[in-house]
Amino acid sequence: MSNPKVLAYRRENGRVGIRNHVIILPLDDLSNSACEKVAYNTKGCKALPHAYGRLQFGEDLELFFRTLIGTGANPNVAACVVIGIEPQWTNQVVEGIAKTGKPVTGFSIERHGEIKTVEMASWKAKEYMHWASELRREDCDLSEIWVSTKCGESDTTSGLASNPTVGNAFDKLDAMGATCSFGETSEITGAELVCKERAATPEVGEQFMATFNKYQDMIERYKTDDLSGSQPTKGNIAGGLTTIEEKAFGNMQKIGKQCKYVGVLDKAETPTGPGLWYMDTSSAAAEAVTLWAAGGFVAHFFPTGQGNIIGNPIEPVIKLTANPRTAGDMSEHIDYDCSAILQGEMTLDESGDNLLDMLVRTCNGRLTANEVLGHEEFVLTKLYESA
Amino acid sequence: MIQFLVHEKADSVGVATVDVKAGETAKGLYMDSQEPVEVKTLDDIPLGHKIAMIDHKVDESVIKYGADIGRIVADIKKGGHVHTHNLKTRRW
Repeated sequence: MSNPKVLAYRRENGRVGIRNHVIILPLDDLSNSACEKVAYNTKGCKALPHAYGRLQFGEDLELFFRTLIGTGANPNVAACVVIGIEPQWTNQVVEGIAKTGKPVTGFSIERHGEIKTVEMASWKAKEYMHWASELRREDCDLSEIWVSTKCGESDTTSGLASNPTVGNAFDKLDAMGATCSFGETSEITGAELVCKERAATPEVGEQFMATFNKYQDMIERYKTDDLSGSQPTKGNIAGGLTTIEEKAFGNMQKIGKQCKYVGVLDKAETPTGPGLWYMDTSSAAAEAVTLWAAGGFVAHFFPTGQGNIIGNPIEPVIKLTANPRTAGDMSEHIDYDCSAILQGEMTLDESGDNLLDMLVRTCNGRLTANEVLGHEEFVLTKLYESA
Repeated sequence: MIQFLVHEKADSVGVATVDVKAGETAKGLYMDSQEPVEVKTLDDIPLGHKIAMIDHKVDESVIKYGADIGRIVADIKKGGHVHTHNLKTRRW
């Protein structure tokens, strides 16, 4: 497939977004209420409540700031209001987002009270909504759309068809010069040497192994059993997956046959150039997609076997399944049914093209199942306790 | 109609793509070579679950995607259901 045109929003920093959200971003758990009130007053904008932002420190605090700033900076966001309890950390997030050149304003609740803060922020949100509503989509290349992938509630049909469909699409996107990413560090377990071999250079392969080993050490430190109660999940096991190794080899199908990853990203880190990137993420769907959205990815491929229903508030999640049962009884969550592969009625190459076609439609404005159903899981990754 | 698929010729298990009943002669396909294959099932194999293509003994490996996906903990005859009752991870 050549590099098709899509209609998308070109932002101040040159990046391309496929949605035009005005978001009301709380710095901390205390400010969720004010953000939700602003979003109620100002129709069309979106509050992103979350559970953290107080007394975090060290590497965990760095990840927190990177995630919030990255979320506001994502090209699917047109403009952003930040509300925090106090001005200093609030301004740190505002300044980080402002580097993209997009409109962003911060408000802090101390010395104003919540009611006054909500009033001031609502005026700003209203101004941003009017401004964003007049932005127009323009011709962009599909290769300018950054695409992430992870699977969820996988079963053996994921390894047979829906994950290889993503892999086929990734091979084609990579050939166009696109920016793509995969991750799920714990779910590479058993296939780590195969994953290492897929690095573009030996140095990048070693970087992946260091990331993988660090995650394994964390699991070894905290585990109380062989993890068979968590990994594979109960849904994986019901679907026929038995061991983490089997799940890992299925997982690896998502990066296709040809493309090689050019670098290893820390959680919520932004790639520095095109190509396939490995991001160190947990395998929990909402946490991982939140990290990719914060890294700047604007569309997500999510193959599911048994039917994971995850969404994200700013990065549309395109869900596909090869399980005919899931395509039937959970059809409202599925954007693309590729179960025909299992019956030998469709090739992987055709299926990869169909998925890219769904990506193009999503870029042009088709809402995904998660968007229409209002699945907006915004889940921050926390590395350890707060101080 | 295809009832199961095997990723690679070297694999010791296939995956049911429909619910298969015990005692059936199930029709399958190797995905790499597109060669047909049949196996007589000993157990019910639900959609998505694995079927043994050969006999497996305790401590042997199950091979899928041409790779070791775990250790046999109870013998399985060709045509048997392969899952958590007879296959465990070698990790963690």
